[in-house]
Amino acid sequence: MSEVVPILAVAELSVRIAGLHILQGVSFTVAPSGVTVLLGRNGVGKTTTLRAILGLTPRGGEVRGTVRMGDRSLAGEPTHRLVRDGLGYVPEDRCVFAGLTVTENLRLAERRGGSPAYDRVFELFPELKRRGRQRAGSLSGGQQQMLAIGRVLLNDNRLLLVDEPTKGLAPKVVTEVAEVLERVAVAVPVLLVEQNLAVVRRLASDAVVLAAGRVAWSGAADELLREAELTRSLLGVGVAGESHVPLSTPAPGSAALSSPTDGSVPVSSSSDAEVAGR
Amino acid sequence: MTTGVKTAAAANPPAVPPTASSAPAPRRNWRSALRAWSPLLVLLVFAVLPYSTVSVPGVFDGPLNGPGTLQLLAICLVFGGLAAGYDLLFGRTGMLSFGHALYFAAGVYGTDILVTKAGLPLWQAALLTLVGGTILAGLLGAIALRTAGIAFAMVTLAFAQVGAILVARDFGGLTGGEEGLSLDVSGLPAMLVGVGNTVNLYWLALAYLALVVFVVHRVAGSPTGRVLAGLRDDERRIGVLGLDPYRFKLLAFTLAGGLATAGGSIYCLLVGGASPHVTSSELTLSLLVMVVLGGPGTRWGPVLGGMLYMYLDHRLTAFGTSSAVDSLPGVLSGPLSQPLFVLGTVFILAVYFFPGGLASLSTRLTPLRPLLRSLLRPTHPTRRPPAGG
Amino acid sequence: MSTIVLLTLTGLGLAALYFLVASGLSLVFGLADVLNFAHGLFLSVGAYATWWAAGNLPGAGPSGFGFVLAVAFGVAAGAVVGMAVELVMIRPLYSRTIEQVLVTVGLSLAGVALLQATWGADPRPFPRPDWTQRVTSVLGAKVPNSGILLILAAALVLAALLGFLRYTRYGLVIRAGVENREMVTALGIDVRKAFTLVFAIGGAAAALAGALGGVYFGSVSPSQGGSLLIFAFIVVVIGGMGSVVGSAYAAVAVGLLQQFVNYYGTSGAGDICVVALLAIVLLLRPQGIAGRAATT
Repeated sequence: MSEVVPILAVAELSVRIAGLHILQGVSFTVAPSGVTVLLGRNGVGKTTTLRAILGLTPRGGEVRGTVRMGDRSLAGEPTHRLVRDGLGYVPEDRCVFAGLTVTENLRLAERRGGSPAYDRVFELFPELKRRGRQRAGSLSGGQQQMLAIGRVLLNDNRLLLVDEPTKGLAPKVVTEVAEVLERVAVAVPVLLVEQNLAVVRRLASDAVVLAAGRVAWSGAADELLREAELTRSLLGVGVAGESHVPLSTPAPGSAALSSPTDGSVPVSSSSDAEVAGR
Repeated sequence: MTTGVKTAAAANPPAVPPTASSAPAPRRNWRSALRAWSPLLVLLVFAVLPYSTVSVPGVFDGPLNGPGTLQLLAICLVFGGLAAGYDLLFGRTGMLSFGHALYFAAGVYGTDILVTKAGLPLWQAALLTLVGGTILAGLLGAIALRTAGIAFAMVTLAFAQVGAILVARDFGGLTGGEEGLSLDVSGLPAMLVGVGNTVNLYWLALAYLALVVFVVHRVAGSPTGRVLAGLRDDERRIGVLGLDPYRFKLLAFTLAGGLATAGGSIYCLLVGGASPHVTSSELTLSLLVMVVLGGPGTRWGPVLGGMLYMYLDHRLTAFGTSSAVDSLPGVLSGPLSQPLFVLGTVFILAVYFFPGGLASLSTRLTPLRPLLRSLLRPTHPTRRPPAGG
Repeated sequence: MSTIVLLTLTGLGLAALYFLVASGLSLVFGLADVLNFAHGLFLSVGAYATWWAAGNLPGAGPSGFGFVLAVAFGVAAGAVVGMAVELVMIRPLYSRTIEQVLVTVGLSLAGVALLQATWGADPRPFPRPDWTQRVTSVLGAKVPNSGILLILAAALVLAALLGFLRYTRYGLVIRAGVENREMVTALGIDVRKAFTLVFAIGGAAAALAGALGGVYFGSVSPSQGGSLLIFAFIVVVIGGMGSVVGSAYAAVAVGLLQQFVNYYGTSGAGDICVVALLAIVLLLRPQGIAGRAATT
């Protein structure tokens, strides 16, 4: 997509789970800066791609192909080592530890030997500091998402994998999440899975579109979004009047969490057909 | 069972040097015909076995048709059938039940109590027991299957524990408690009583094994069997097809329970009574060991595993007290005199190194076959091994 | 009245025994998804190691500080065996749940047989300090001291476990791992170290149960662990797999129910009531009392 050396290169990635070919030879690269967005219809294998990069494919799943970060091959490495080496993961459906307090959730994410950047996290999400003793399970969906992003930002990362951070959130919170990610992406490259085209439009510099387990299109994001017809054929959505979620431009630095009664949709379980084993 | 026949078939062809090109096709036909008929052939061999007076020293004490040997073989046959029935749950449906001993024990104690305490004729007692055991499996299965996975294993274990407690506490003086209850043989048909008639019990056990294998094979090959296999591989997919997993699992559970009950009735006749060890969770664990050793989900693996396990369980006791083991240093002779130590260890090793059990041995050896063949054929340089060509 | 007090306290003694076995079982299952059939073996290891130490270990003996040392040796043996089982047998089968269960089944069969081969199948008299064989008068009931010892020990273990889970880094990892193991690794934590740790903790707690159970019953035999294990399983399921506090509640419920029904009904009826309780709990709340959380 560009001449610069990519931070992540995925080549011929194939994943088979329970006899189903979820991915069949996916190849793409992630630029060393900005947001690369991974698009595609539900069930096409976006989450599976992120999980395969992290080595989280469920048992019985078969993974082939190569994933390289810089000049290092990631295939076969245990997940925890990849993460320690700077691959931050914000999973679909937040996956905060509901029974642990906010503080405990953050403490868990501290990595040995590193100095956790609580300043950075609390500057982005002051709400997390105020709600330190609250159980993560009692937070609103938006707050849980902030916690999920915040715990990854405690450490310095070389690349962030962020899976559908705005799923199931109220429009106002979607805006806030997008704002945060925009600020984060200034410092760290992000591979983002996102269904909300307004968010994509705002954040993405590059785009990769998956269809039927393969890469159907890749290139500059604005190019994709400019071509309404192309977007429709690839993603099955209209672009012109698509803004089902209006993105107001928030004042800079207003990424504070909304009140607990922000009316966000309760966190739903995965509706994707993608197989995501525990 | 089949392994013996298969090796014979594999060993034969080189003995008849075939002409270069015409050989493979007819040989394959011959082999597949043998494969199709081999179960009947093996059945026939086992059926006529009691007519043999051959002694196999070291393997059995005394001649093959001696009552001791026949009883041991019959017990092996019953457990072969029992393991095959259990495999309907574990290997073919993926249900991990830890309570299968309960239905076997229901067969043993049901038959014994109805004959000895109620004085019913054998056929009535056996029939009533079979019906009762099947209903019991259906009822308890209906409750236990509300859960799945490990919780299901726990619930079945707990239910079986109730059976063990009922038997051990001897409620109403029916079971004889720890002592067990010996079978009152006075009302039984004469042909099933006495040491001289062990051969009839042997044939009964053989018939039971054949029946279980037939039933399991038919079920596995039917549309229901394919649903069961689907449940084992991925239950969600069966749900997506609009089929109710619960009903299919309950069907398998009930059927396996009924088969175990029938096996219990025959075991009761075979050993002349009931003893509380048939209710123990250890028996279920043994069934699991048999199936895994033999090869879960295969046609002959569980049968083979069950027979081998029972044979070893009996023979290792004799082996453990033999002079050969006694002369070993204490560190070795102690553990080796415990059949369960040997079997448990073999089982653990099998889980690591032979995940498919005995039944997978033949396929595991397949990669070696071209090599073997080329080794056996240095005198026919014109025929190249098919690999690579 | 004194009968009720006596039944309550002996019931709690039984509950203490169940809890010591079940807490480790529950943590192992909750964190690593391993249904550990060899857990009864840890108990037997603890009992036999204590018995052996009291007779052979220098400084250890059947009374006073020597007895404490013997029990400590037994507990350490249980922890070491638990750890070894995890490292050698469970870890190579990581995330292959069924195979792990099978291996522990094989281990429980072989282990009990090994104990039998070494020390015989018959019960052996267990060394116990004199004071444990006396009774203490509580509200008019003469309660055996060994039962009180069990209750105190279980209460201590419960407090220590909760403190460990709540206030240490590893405790945090274990609690998080019980909730969502995969996400713990996705935060850069090697969760397998925590597996080894819970096996060691479980082994130690079960070994303590074996040693104090030996004192309570006055003898030790290879099959003791197995028969306790089934009720410990029931406690784990009722309490909610992975929950230490749930195990404690369930152990108390099971112990009291068993003791009272066995006394007022026919002997053995209590055991059956316990299974009935299990069936009811599972039908009403398949995830157990506490659900999936280590310290709730």
